[in-house]
Amino acid sequence: MSVTDRDIVSALQAGLPLVAEPYAAVAADLGLPEDALLTRLEEMQARGVIRRIAVAPNHFRLGMVANGMTVWDVEDARVAELGTRVGALPFVTHSYERPRALPDWPYNLFAMVHGTTRDEVEAKRGQIAEILGTASRASDVLYSTRILKKTGLRLRRKGPTCSD
Amino acid sequence: MTLDATDRALINRLQEGLPLTSAPFEGIAAEMGITVDDLLARLERMKASGAITRFGPFFDAAAMGGAFCLCAMAVPEAEFDRVTEQVNAFPQVAHNYQRTHRLNMWFVLATETPEGIAEAADAIEAETGIAVLRFPKLQEFFIGFRVAA
Repeated sequence: MSVTDRDIVSALQAGLPLVAEPYAAVAADLGLPEDALLTRLEEMQARGVIRRIAVAPNHFRLGMVANGMTVWDVEDARVAELGTRVGALPFVTHSYERPRALPDWPYNLFAMVHGTTRDEVEAKRGQIAEILGTASRASDVLYSTRILKKTGLRLRRKGPTCSD
Repeated sequence: MTLDATDRALINRLQEGLPLTSAPFEGIAAEMGITVDDLLARLERMKASGAITRFGPFFDAAAMGGAFCLCAMAVPEAEFDRVTEQVNAFPQVAHNYQRTHRLNMWFVLATETPEGIAEAADAIEAETGIAVLRFPKLQEFFIGFRVAA
């Protein structure tokens, strides 16, 4: 009777079963009482192992066919302050500081913007440019043209090395 | 398939998150004025049609001692399909997008250990013969991920 976090992740990584009581179904597979599983999941959520339990929509199928990864070369000294302001924009779904890869890639601030058209994404990109002002020395936008894979985290099947 | 207003409202609502309770759909169905069976049938349909890619817990590899890393490759057009197949075959590749740039393939590695990132990226380089640029996050400014359906 030792169900690890890893076992729980494995049981849930493909998603929740679409039934009225999904945790009862997963608990039965794991050989746990349902309330024990719920308690474990609460702990995992409290520790941040589970971020949230939610739906991942396919932006393309929802008509958000323009998905622009906007990238910016921002002064290092100002990236935290400006990144926070960019990340707070309602249309920015995620925003990160990442290392540059010179000389190929001078950009250190990434902000993902979705829209129904590329014009809409360009307008939003313009709003980001206004916030960054002269602190941004160069920028680009990379539109996604195809989802090649989207599965989320998958654990590899291997020995019991990585238990909690 | 086309989504009706209820489908869209359901996607919006379910991006906010689901409670950790025995019957998690009950409250949401009541809120939306539909039955749990109708709600589940809609989810099933949207999953089958690809409007929803996944429904369930979002795990943070980093909180489990693992790691994420955004990576990019410049893949020659003529080799794109072959390289896609090779890259996607790695279970550590969580998602992968084609993008408009000389760096035209962007994927996220999710691994169980921090060392797993370099191992996977090196293995992809070895198999494809193409350099894998690595862009691990240094700071995260927002983690909303929600879009209006």
